[in-house]
Amino acid sequence: MDVRLLTLNVNGEQHTLAVPVCKTLLEVLREDLHLTGTKHGCELGECGACTVLVDGEPILSCLALPIELEGREILTIEGLMEGGRPHPLQIAFAEMGAVQCGYCTPGVVLSAKALLDRNPMPTRQEIAEALSGNLCRCTGYIQILDAVERAVAWVRERRLILEEGRS
Amino acid sequence: MSRRVLHDGGAMLRLPPFRYFAPRSLDEALRILSDHGSEAQIVAGGTDLYPKMKRRQIEPRVLVSVRRIPELSRIVWATHGGVTLGAGVTLARVLACEDLAIAYPALARACAVIAHPPIRSMGTIGGNLCIDTRCTYYDQTFFWREALGFCLKKGGAICPVAPGGTRCWAVSSSDGAPVMIALGAVLHLIGPHGERTIAAEEFYRDDGIQYLAKAPEEVLVEVTLPREDGWKSTYWKLRRRGAIDFPVLGVAVAVRMESGRCRDARIVLGAVGSCPKRIREAENILEGNRLEPDVIEGAAHAVSRAIRPLDNADFLHLYRKRMASVFTQRALRELTDPPPR
Amino acid sequence: MAFEIIGKPLPKIDALPKCTGETRYADDLQLPRMLYAKILRSPHAHARIRRIEVSRARALPGVHAVLTGCDLPTRFGILPVSQDEEALCVEKVRFVGDPVAAVAATDEWIAEEALRLIEVEYEPLPALLTLEEALRESSVRIHDYGDGPNIHKMVSLEFGDVEEGFAQADYVREDIFFYAGSTHLPLEQHAAVAHYGPDGKLTLWSSTQTPHYVHRALAKVLGLPPSHIRVIATPVGGGFGGKSEPFSHEIVVAKLAMLTGRPVKITLTREEVFYVHRGRHPVLMWIRTGVRRDGTITAMHVRSFLDGGAYGSYGVATTYYTGALQTVTYKIPRYKFEGVRVFTNKPPCGPKRGHGTPQPRFALEVHLDKIAEDLGLDPVEMRRRQIVEAPSLTVNWLRISSCGLRACIDRVVEASGFREKFRRLPFGQGVGFACSAYLSGAGLPIYWNDMPHSGVHIKIDRGGGVTVFCGSTDIGQGSDSILAYIVAEVLGILPQDIRVVTADTDLTPVDLGSYSSRVTVMTGNAAVEAAEKLRRLLFRAAAERLDVPEEQLMARARRIFDRADPQRGLDFAEAAQLAEARFGTLGAVGSYKPPQSPRRYKGAGVGPSPSYSYSACVVQVDVDPETGFVRVEKVWIAHDVGRAINPRLVEGQIHGSVYMGLGEALMEEQTFRSRLGLHKAPSMLDYKSPTPLEMPEVECFLIEAEDPNGPFGAKEAGQGPLLPIPPAVANAVYDAVGVRIDELPITPEKVLRGLNDKARGGSGRVGPKSIPSLAWPEPIRVEPPPEWRDVPTRSS
Repeated sequence: MDVRLLTLNVNGEQHTLAVPVCKTLLEVLREDLHLTGTKHGCELGECGACTVLVDGEPILSCLALPIELEGREILTIEGLMEGGRPHPLQIAFAEMGAVQCGYCTPGVVLSAKALLDRNPMPTRQEIAEALSGNLCRCTGYIQILDAVERAVAWVRERRLILEEGRS
Repeated sequence: MSRRVLHDGGAMLRLPPFRYFAPRSLDEALRILSDHGSEAQIVAGGTDLYPKMKRRQIEPRVLVSVRRIPELSRIVWATHGGVTLGAGVTLARVLACEDLAIAYPALARACAVIAHPPIRSMGTIGGNLCIDTRCTYYDQTFFWREALGFCLKKGGAICPVAPGGTRCWAVSSSDGAPVMIALGAVLHLIGPHGERTIAAEEFYRDDGIQYLAKAPEEVLVEVTLPREDGWKSTYWKLRRRGAIDFPVLGVAVAVRMESGRCRDARIVLGAVGSCPKRIREAENILEGNRLEPDVIEGAAHAVSRAIRPLDNADFLHLYRKRMASVFTQRALRELTDPPPR
Repeated sequence: MAFEIIGKPLPKIDALPKCTGETRYADDLQLPRMLYAKILRSPHAHARIRRIEVSRARALPGVHAVLTGCDLPTRFGILPVSQDEEALCVEKVRFVGDPVAAVAATDEWIAEEALRLIEVEYEPLPALLTLEEALRESSVRIHDYGDGPNIHKMVSLEFGDVEEGFAQADYVREDIFFYAGSTHLPLEQHAAVAHYGPDGKLTLWSSTQTPHYVHRALAKVLGLPPSHIRVIATPVGGGFGGKSEPFSHEIVVAKLAMLTGRPVKITLTREEVFYVHRGRHPVLMWIRTGVRRDGTITAMHVRSFLDGGAYGSYGVATTYYTGALQTVTYKIPRYKFEGVRVFTNKPPCGPKRGHGTPQPRFALEVHLDKIAEDLGLDPVEMRRRQIVEAPSLTVNWLRISSCGLRACIDRVVEASGFREKFRRLPFGQGVGFACSAYLSGAGLPIYWNDMPHSGVHIKIDRGGGVTVFCGSTDIGQGSDSILAYIVAEVLGILPQDIRVVTADTDLTPVDLGSYSSRVTVMTGNAAVEAAEKLRRLLFRAAAERLDVPEEQLMARARRIFDRADPQRGLDFAEAAQLAEARFGTLGAVGSYKPPQSPRRYKGAGVGPSPSYSYSACVVQVDVDPETGFVRVEKVWIAHDVGRAINPRLVEGQIHGSVYMGLGEALMEEQTFRSRLGLHKAPSMLDYKSPTPLEMPEVECFLIEAEDPNGPFGAKEAGQGPLLPIPPAVANAVYDAVGVRIDELPITPEKVLRGLNDKARGGSGRVGPKSIPSLAWPEPIRVEPPPEWRDVPTRSS
């Protein structure tokens, strides 16, 4: 068995682990690091539930090998809170009804974060495109798109307030 | 008990064990590949390979990742036009490059409709060009294939698509392949016997199993797209949903116009056979003519006549055949400026 | 009266933990020394098991136990009349994916390897894969029970003399429809963890909508006293009806835990979820309706043929449901229903969102659209004129206690501009209209008894904290939050002051489960009763302290105060302490049982409900006549929810229903390889679930026709809004391109086939042409309620 000692940067913390190379990031996150917020619905790259961010880009953890991710910044849903405060996307999802069963939610929130970090003012169509790999069976996506739009508006308002404060 | 290290706490579909190498140079990669022979498999983004490994369709003992080889991650514009894309350039990176979209709209179109954003940030252009052929009888779990009786492509003696025949009819399912052929791309390979270049059109073989003219120990290093040179191009894709799905028909069209007439045309169909198919009969109808509606229609019908999709992908095969004509017309109309009528 | 909490778009109490990854679903659970189970499944659609050899598997290091059918021979099933499942097949396998053996090992790799070491010798039997085959090949029997060879259930009911009704009609039309099977496809694969302690007590955590019924099945199959079994439903990552009965894997992990003395977990693979199924029945339907010249219905006769798959599941109920609710939207004075469910060698069908009613609703609403066109009537007005009254009894004795359908229709027709668009849009664009109704919980429990359907227990602690205990299961619809909102409203506190403990058979009073859209109405009523009991105690204690008459007190914003002088009051916690001092430990229970059915007859168990919700929708489509692709541009939908306890959650349920309805209308379908019975597409890639890019804009209107039987007047919202979507899409496609696709899903191929047929001078209809001829039993004849004694007479 090809087992390697790897150091992974997950949610800003360094973890050194002995990992068989055939273990996917999904398995390591859930089973070794007990970060069970990352979900799995097919393990074949077809549902998007296991989406996490690597250096800010959304990837499917079920198709990623940890050995290829040393030195990269891995962000899971557990790492999205800052100082115990939920991210605006998390609050918006909770408030706008974007969460029903919640199983697709971590992946959707992270895909949305990747979008907003790249494009802080996306159109509704751009949001839908960015989330097109994250299947949801509960919401019909509508309140999910509403929530992302709400988060966009909040972030913009906050920036405006900050700018006004400065001027 | 040594296997206990494998996992603790979960239940899911897993990869079979393998050894893993991540060479930092082409030389090293070639050495590892030749050391391990048929047991080795090249991997880049893994988005096509890993699901197939999890379903035990492909069971390599050794994986050779090409991610760390610098040559594979370059995008180099030639001084007189044309661009060379490293095979390991991710689809997301291709999409982020506006110059590529301007010069080669068909490529940008094709990359934009591959799977979905996370797959595009993992998958590479080289990986897409080498993607395994697909079939509704083959892209199934071990359990399913065993229940059916294994097929010719993996472990069996007959092809359930055409049980009387002797070949595998799995479908070329790359969005990039027909586009690269239409754009006249050239592929650079390196292998134990040195480097070689091959036209994209020659890279594919009409066989569901041996679908690439690439030896397993050869590495696809880069793809060179020729100078834009007046070519206009586009790509139309048929699939059930607006994301996630593989193409079940891809129409790549490139034309070069001269004083209102079509000087050159390339029409390449993807996902209707085991390799992308260039339809010269249709190109001939266009060349030398104004792209009037009747000419376009004639070419479209020639396309539809020339292909023979089988019932081993989504949608009825006759529907795919019919759509080949519709999509060809739409692609050509899109490229005709101003559009006829 | 103005409410504090009810009617507000508050966040769900469990939403943030779900957004931060804290919520623990079944597969997230991990116990020390846990083993992993895997199930060996049949590769044959129909076969006798000759021999199973497990010794090699048992000998594999790391394997702790191997089970076969003879270890768990007791049959089970969700319905008492269809106890036809075995945790692991004993003599026969009946579909590809039927469970045959199971192992528990130290990890999944070993478990999987052990499965490969199990040798099963099968004797293949002819597989019956279609309804027609199952009815024809009576020499092959999938089960040895039922109403005939391969006939699980056959029913025939007649309410009044339908022929008398048809005789009064000016026009009679017959149509045949087919509605394809589809699956729930929850994002979360089924998972369960079992623990068996040295005290002889079993705990099962499972992703289930119905812990109560799992509890019953475990007791039966394992032979343990029910008091020694605890079933905890973990947060369910999507159910839609697919996790609402006891499953093989739940029993298997429990047994493995008992044998090994170690915790055992199982998570099904996505492929296995397709085999476990219990999804939408494929139904072939024939419908015949008599109308007067103005469209008034004089009689209706419906026949449905259900392809049930390999086991009973909820199938008897499903069969009745394909006939029961036709009568609750429009006045139908004479009604006859004949239904049959057959066994086939495919994964068993069961309840999926709408349970047996979307299929006949599709048939009815398209059929009415055709009748309106035949008679030159406005399809909206024709329906609108004959909406059921409230209160009233339908011809089949269902009690309508409220009906907001007229308002639903008016809202969507106006908002969509239906009248301006219908038959007037350019070729390729079209609008379609449909209505529907659904029940808010079944009037009768699955196991007939006189006990409540739902129980709630509330305790108040000295700090003013309130804990609500209820057996209900939150499957994402928000039932935990509904409990919190209702209790908060009654006690005058905030939802965040309340802890909700649900779905634990040891800790919580029984609630029958999250199925048949019953939870808001039933747990809500039970919660109101329990909370009001406690409020009385708090008021009595507060009244004494404040010297204010009890009737003058009010509870709001964490205070109890004098309505006339709001300054005069107590903190909620202070009142709780006074009440505890005065009355002892504070706790109260509430329970709910639906009203009695007005009439008993065989088959009357399916259909009655405390209330019926109503929906109306308009769908606008753009059909590409060259490709046959149908793009849904917009959906306008109004839903009569009685009262929206939380409008945002109601809208979420409507959106989800629209989504699922669109999936079924346009692309989702369970398909099988004809010879082998192999599922064609057991993956999330090949089974087409719409992405955000397929979802149109949806404009929702909430209609609040308060229902006397609902908590604060509330009715269901989780399933009903799915029903009008498929027929509205079909009607819109016809409006757009003039072809009738009488068979779901409406795929591009079918649209093109219709257009081709039309171009060649045909009708353009695509759909089934005939129904099997069947000797239906003599109907059970039920006298209609007195108001239906007369049929409207024929136009002069």
